[in-house]
Amino acid sequence: MTETAFQRQKDLPKSHLLSAGTPMCAGCGGLEAIHIAYDVLGENTIFVNAAGCMTLLSVYPFTPFRGSWLYTAMGAAPAGAQGVRDALDILMDKGRIEVADDLDVVVLTGDGSGYGMGISATSGTIDRCLDYLYIVYDNEGYGNTGQQYSAATPHAARTATSRCAYGHKGFKKDLFSILAANGAAYVATAIGSEPLDLAQKIEKAKSISGPRFIITLAPCPTGWDFDPKETMTIGKLAVRTGVWPLKEFTDGKVSHNKTFSKLLPVETYLEQQGRFRHLFEPQKKEAVLRDIQNSINRYWHEVATI
Amino acid sequence: MKRTLLTGNGAAAWGARLAAVDYIPAFPITPQTEILETLAYWVDNGDLDTRLVTLESEHSMITAAGSSAATGVRTFTATSSQGLLHGMEMIYTVAGWRVPFVMVNVSRGLAAPLTLESDHNDIMAARDSGCLQLHCATCQEVLDSILMAYRLAEHPEIRLPVIVNLDGFYLSYTREPVAIPDDDASRTFVGEFDSGSIHFKAGAPLSHASAVLGGSTYSYFRYSQHLAAQRGLSVYEEIAEEFARTFGRRHDAVEGYRHEDAEYLFLMIGSFATKGKEAVNSLRDAGWKIGLIRPHMLRPFPVERIYSLARGKKAIAVIDQNISMGKGGVLHTELASALYGKPGAPPILASFIGGLGGRDLPYEELFEIAKTLRDSAAAGATPPPRLLYTETELLEMRKLQAIAGVRIPFEEVHHD
Repeated sequence: MTETAFQRQKDLPKSHLLSAGTPMCAGCGGLEAIHIAYDVLGENTIFVNAAGCMTLLSVYPFTPFRGSWLYTAMGAAPAGAQGVRDALDILMDKGRIEVADDLDVVVLTGDGSGYGMGISATSGTIDRCLDYLYIVYDNEGYGNTGQQYSAATPHAARTATSRCAYGHKGFKKDLFSILAANGAAYVATAIGSEPLDLAQKIEKAKSISGPRFIITLAPCPTGWDFDPKETMTIGKLAVRTGVWPLKEFTDGKVSHNKTFSKLLPVETYLEQQGRFRHLFEPQKKEAVLRDIQNSINRYWHEVATI
Repeated sequence: MKRTLLTGNGAAAWGARLAAVDYIPAFPITPQTEILETLAYWVDNGDLDTRLVTLESEHSMITAAGSSAATGVRTFTATSSQGLLHGMEMIYTVAGWRVPFVMVNVSRGLAAPLTLESDHNDIMAARDSGCLQLHCATCQEVLDSILMAYRLAEHPEIRLPVIVNLDGFYLSYTREPVAIPDDDASRTFVGEFDSGSIHFKAGAPLSHASAVLGGSTYSYFRYSQHLAAQRGLSVYEEIAEEFARTFGRRHDAVEGYRHEDAEYLFLMIGSFATKGKEAVNSLRDAGWKIGLIRPHMLRPFPVERIYSLARGKKAIAVIDQNISMGKGGVLHTELASALYGKPGAPPILASFIGGLGGRDLPYEELFEIAKTLRDSAAAGATPPPRLLYTETELLEMRKLQAIAGVRIPFEEVHHD
């Protein structure tokens, strides 16, 4: 990233475009990311939303957005974006609106839609080279319904539907690789606790045409069971422990934006969250913790050797 | 105007072409695919200045149709059967968005068992969605209805999607002579698309389809939608009148055929109604006072129009090409609610279910239905609902079952 308006933290916008007073939970990591994204995108944006926590941002007759909003359904937001994008192009082609009237079409969904119900619609937009940005706020479960496990839930996490001693038996889906393999123009991971990196990625995504994706990990105090004031800390630990690699896919290549000569042990991240407490109490589940650490090590070993 | 042989699917494609649609989100499904292929051919050839996009499902297709209409372009789409049901979440949703577009449904029976052939259970599943419905009996009516449907959908007092329904195979793949209106006359009739207050563009921020909290707010929007749908009848009648003046063809919300002096009526929708009319002709030749009424518009349900046509008759047979499992014919229920307690309502309202999954409705059955009406009227009692099925059919079915390894009861095939 050579050309960027965001060199340092102090280059980030001083005031937020998204109004305060939304019904999101205190310490919502998703909202943190959306604030930054919206500041960079600007108000000539239409958010096309699927069922999830953020659906409650716009509840009649209120909206925190200066620009437009369209709620669709849980599996349909990318298709909603298709109709809006195509219609705007038709209107410009036929001279019925000015180019200045154009909007950035941005899909906003959680992981329930992004990793699961909407993935066919998402894949379709990549097949059709739709020019839009898709922001996933990934809080690793069906958060709006009380944090049941989803396709984005990490291994061993306790959720409302994996309360057993072990936690969630499945593994987090690698959405980044799926989107890249499908032929997306741009895929990035990001997190609200690294606002400079996120702003740079939104800025970069805005400069590219085609289907673009930014998957933001969204630490979730209610779903992950931690104090809302810890959102930033937990987000930073997700990066520092290597659990959430910050990376980009562009021009056929994956590059990592933040690498560390030595990762913090994953336990420092896990032990702060109630959803992993069963791995430490009543006695430490060494084997499970070792498996989790090994999978992280294996990932970063592969990154280093590519 | 030129007159040519067109299939129902061809007529549907011509309707979309003459309405000068801007955008076609599409997805193939039998027996609708010819509509998509015809439009795609015209778009590729430059005959039609329209963007056509094939989506990956009907769920996405209907979403894109709604969101493009919400952004301000005239949109056309088409589906059938499983496709309509796959997109059903969005059928209800986009109707709630109050966006105007036209969708053709080519009726086909629903799985299971899987079939490609026609009946009306698919379109009946969209009955309560808020989309208005026009049901066609001929290929000409398909084309004409699409032009009128755009006027209806885009009317400022309505602003709802309109579904134009035609029967799979019986219309979709059947060639009939169709008068294709002139381009200019059609465009003048349909007019320019005006998206009204709903359009997304820079500098005009709009939150659309937001969630609501509480039953009062929800009810307000739902009632508004219902009232808009109900206005559809009077608005349609004005449009049909103008259409008749312009093109010389009249398509009433409810068609009456030899009904004026009739004592008995068939009530049918769709292409089988043309067969019903032929049965009426034969029965009239034999001295029967019988006629037929055919709702062309099913949503809004033209209660008063049907009542005025049915009033004073001795008996009506409702022939449903659908089946509400555990209840019976959907139209029979609708008609009962439209007529019950009204002065002069026919005392006999008989229910017949036939034509499921492409099953024919032979003249013999229509004559038998007429006899049942006459006998019931004489006896003063409504007959029990009948599921039309012949002994020959059952015998053929038993042969298939024998191959499938089903044991056939001895008593059924052995007649002493």
